[in-house]
Amino acid sequence: MSEFEAVIGLEIHVQLSTRTKMFCGCEPSFGDEPNTHTCPVCLGHPGSLPTTNEQAIRYALMIAAALECEVPPRSIFHRKQYFYPDQAKNYQISQYDEPLAVNGRLGDVRIERAHLEEDTAKMIHVGESGRIHGSGASLVDFNRAGTPLVEIVTEPDLRSAQQVRDWAQLLRTTIRQLGVSDVNMEEGSLRVDANVSIRPAGSDRLGTKTELKNMNSFRFLERGIEAELERQRGLVEGGERVVQDTLHFHPEDGSLTPLRSKEYAHDYRYFPEPDLVPVVPTEEMLRGARESLPELPAHRRERYLNEIGLNEEAATMLAFQSEYGEYFERAVAAGDGTPAKSIANWVTGELVATLRQAGAEEDPLASKATPEAVAALAGLVEAKTISHGAGKQVLTRLVEEGGDPAEIVEREGLAQISDTSELEKIVDRAIEAETEAAEQVRQGNEKAIGRLVGAVMKETKGRADGGAVTRLIKERL
Amino acid sequence: MIRGMIEREQVEHVARLARLKLAEEELERMAGELSGILEHVDRISELDLDGVEPTSHVIALENVLRPDEPRPSWSREEMLERAPDPASGSFRVPSPQA
Amino acid sequence: MSEELLDLTVAQASERIRSGELAADEYFDAYREAAAGDSLNALLWRADDVGQADLEGTRASRDEVDAERPLAGIPVAVKDIFCTEGVPTTAGSRILEGYRPPYTSTAVRRLRQAGARVLGKANMDEFAMGSSNENSGYGPALNPWDSGRVPGGSSGGSAAAVAGRLAPCAIGTDTGGSIRQPAALCGIVGMKPTYGAVSRYGMIAFASSLDQCGPLARNVTDAALLLRAMEGRDPCDSTSTGIEGGIGLPSREDLEGLSFGVPKELASEAEGIETGVREVFERTVARIEELGGEVAETELPHAPHGISAYYVLAPAEASANLARFDGVRYGLRVDAEELTEMYEETRAKGFGPEVKRRIMLGTYALSSGYYEAYYGRAQRVRTKIAEDFSKAFERFDFVVTPTSPTVAFKLGERTDDPLAMYLSDYCTVPMPLAGIPAISIPAGTAQPEGGGTELPVGFQIAGPAFSDAAMLDTAHALERAIGFSRNGGPN
Ligand SMILES: [Mg+2]
Ligand SMILES: [Zn+2]
Repeated sequence: MSEFEAVIGLEIHVQLSTRTKMFCGCEPSFGDEPNTHTCPVCLGHPGSLPTTNEQAIRYALMIAAALECEVPPRSIFHRKQYFYPDQAKNYQISQYDEPLAVNGRLGDVRIERAHLEEDTAKMIHVGESGRIHGSGASLVDFNRAGTPLVEIVTEPDLRSAQQVRDWAQLLRTTIRQLGVSDVNMEEGSLRVDANVSIRPAGSDRLGTKTELKNMNSFRFLERGIEAELERQRGLVEGGERVVQDTLHFHPEDGSLTPLRSKEYAHDYRYFPEPDLVPVVPTEEMLRGARESLPELPAHRRERYLNEIGLNEEAATMLAFQSEYGEYFERAVAAGDGTPAKSIANWVTGELVATLRQAGAEEDPLASKATPEAVAALAGLVEAKTISHGAGKQVLTRLVEEGGDPAEIVEREGLAQISDTSELEKIVDRAIEAETEAAEQVRQGNEKAIGRLVGAVMKETKGRADGGAVTRLIKERL
Repeated sequence: MIRGMIEREQVEHVARLARLKLAEEELERMAGELSGILEHVDRISELDLDGVEPTSHVIALENVLRPDEPRPSWSREEMLERAPDPASGSFRVPSPQA
Repeated sequence: MSEELLDLTVAQASERIRSGELAADEYFDAYREAAAGDSLNALLWRADDVGQADLEGTRASRDEVDAERPLAGIPVAVKDIFCTEGVPTTAGSRILEGYRPPYTSTAVRRLRQAGARVLGKANMDEFAMGSSNENSGYGPALNPWDSGRVPGGSSGGSAAAVAGRLAPCAIGTDTGGSIRQPAALCGIVGMKPTYGAVSRYGMIAFASSLDQCGPLARNVTDAALLLRAMEGRDPCDSTSTGIEGGIGLPSREDLEGLSFGVPKELASEAEGIETGVREVFERTVARIEELGGEVAETELPHAPHGISAYYVLAPAEASANLARFDGVRYGLRVDAEELTEMYEETRAKGFGPEVKRRIMLGTYALSSGYYEAYYGRAQRVRTKIAEDFSKAFERFDFVVTPTSPTVAFKLGERTDDPLAMYLSDYCTVPMPLAGIPAISIPAGTAQPEGGGTELPVGFQIAGPAFSDAAMLDTAHALERAIGFSRNGGPN
């Protein structure tokens, strides 16, 4: 059987953190008492009319700029019609064939479009408590209804579940840095649906796709897609066909179930929203969006690679994991001339490891080891005030109890032994004690030198400079 | 492409889309009436409209935007008192077919 | 005494109220009594007292009647399509029976701020869909000239109330002729302003890109007074603009220097125009010349396709606008075990036959595979109609046509033939498609086809977008010269 290739495109909804809803002056709310944030507009009362939130347009333009989209001179809203109780008007005001932004890119994934629309209300099924005996009922809460959303649609450029997860995280980091959304998957301010299909590797035709919904964490996103790819491979290998469907992911057991195909195929009957006028982004708006962009992950990674000279892995980590990125940037700012590369090594290497040991690697900024302290630590090592080994001990202290590295060095007597005669004595003692290793070194076995260095380090509790110790051993043997 | 006649099945489909329950005799009558109206409407198919821009808005306006300043919402009681079936501070509806 | 009060124009009454010669409440009571005796089914709701008429917020009771307010103490009949906080608002539909909106429309709010009082809510065709008022869910309003005939529609209750002296003035909405046609059939003035002149906020939507609020009054000056109070940009309606320069009081007495085009498609070549209507129209055109106006034939080649475009665009928009009436948040609900069934039963029971017909038509026109053939083409026809007008206005200041092809027709006469009913709007539909203002003034009376008592005939003047003030001024001069009187009409 030939190999299959996954073809995945994403539809992402990002809830904007504006102060008011997309088309009315109500404050969006999450977690308040139901239906305490409504008005005639967001409840679709007769005669009410939508008015467009300017900030939502500006935020959406920032997202468009961050995704390197083209912004057409004019965009309009449409009505997307379907009956459902979570829509007060039974149509959603959305954008259709003239969206705000098109043809963008983030990392190696192309963006087809990004458009503005309004969120739906929340519905809770309450079981057999309807007015008619024995029938099911749902309760509708319109607090969320009308919250501004930016819908981002990618081209089908993703090839694995892992890649989807990584890319979605990059997207989240990118948007979080803009400050226009909480982009939290668990809370629903970031929702990622996936269109998944497979095809024989190397083929360029598209297979039948299924749409995956309700994967409300990065882990579930990866698991859901993995499970669906597995299912599709199984079907095709068993000689069956993939049927176009929408599948609902169940986080409890990782299963996927088809949403009962709707009685009637969707026919949204889109037409231009007559209550709103076209949006024509002005030069000022476009400039504002561009200028408000912080350094975005993709650019940051380039800079780390080319200007600081970090390796691929460190650059990617610091650029794409915004907490570590911010930690690093703050440390560099406080570093007072300490090379950024050496700070980066401490952050991506020892700090990550130490935090992991302490079970706190998720958010370095929340740890007791401040970026300023880690920068100072890197400086001490760089100036050879302490050895690298001693630095690791200092870092452990910092993570445990915080504080100032210089003080810790002082208190714990970790300063490097700079007195050569003292070091020479310790080296001599080590050569005497480790006769076997010393003999091997004399016979040209360079590797055996490690044992001798180790002995010196043990003796000095890491306060010796490894390079100096090696040089001294070589001189003597 | 324009056809004046509308079949009964189409009427049924459209009624479903529009969430209108039509009785048997209404379906029949509706098919006839809609066909009659569409036959008149179909006269516009004779016009040469190539290159003519569609008009959605008669008055040329753009960028009519509202500042992002919250104003108080309506009281829940006031809104729910108009609801046919309020329950638990919410609007209750029969469940969609499971 | 009270008979005399009912004879006053709005301009006269407000003048007397401001000068202290007339007590606002006395004037209001005279109309309240008249309205209580409504035998035309013109009003669906009446204010019991001044307190009810003065809606929330902008209360203007006796001692507060502010001399500076231009409409101080003037009772207004408000088409039941305008939301009035706490006061029943049904849009003539059973689906909104008992509904009391939580807010007030901008148009009514502005009238209130100008000192006017809401006397009652006027009957109308359900959701403004109709040309006879027979599509009201609450029974038809009747024509005060002949109660066996329709008052026109959809603002039939507004027109009947003003012509029948149940109210000194009224407001209505016009989508394809819904102010001008009933005004013509009832022998009063009715105006559809430029699209965007008056806010649509709180006006229950029929076809949003066409709907416009306007006045119905006994004369042009009164209409201008109402429009002056209502027009203006409203932050709650993105499509509202108001009228630059506002609306002054009409004062013109001649038509010197003005040119009038008579589009042959809507006049000489139009089919279905009754002989009597044609005669009144021609007499009025002659009168324009007597007043110094220049008249010549012109053309609006695409105007005959107005009805076709209109009966695609308006139902399409309506099908979406009326989707919100679903039994969930307000209004009628028919209980059912399952959601779709609840929707379908509620809407089947709540909407009348014409509304269902238009929802079906609009849903069909927008449905997959038909959009371009119907909606897309209709939008392009709309462009052509607007271009035709622009061209005519390069040459002429105004365009004039009969308002309605016929005088008021008999109740039931067209109810079985939707298309015949739709053609009542033949002369009034092109203007809203182009967004331009148009006014109908009573120009005389004529016998219906087949004979009978003479009934009023309307004369329509249309102008370029935002020419509302000039149009009123022109209509005022013509109105003076015509000297239409209600003799032989309603007492
Ligand atoms: Mg969407
Ligand atoms: Zn709201």
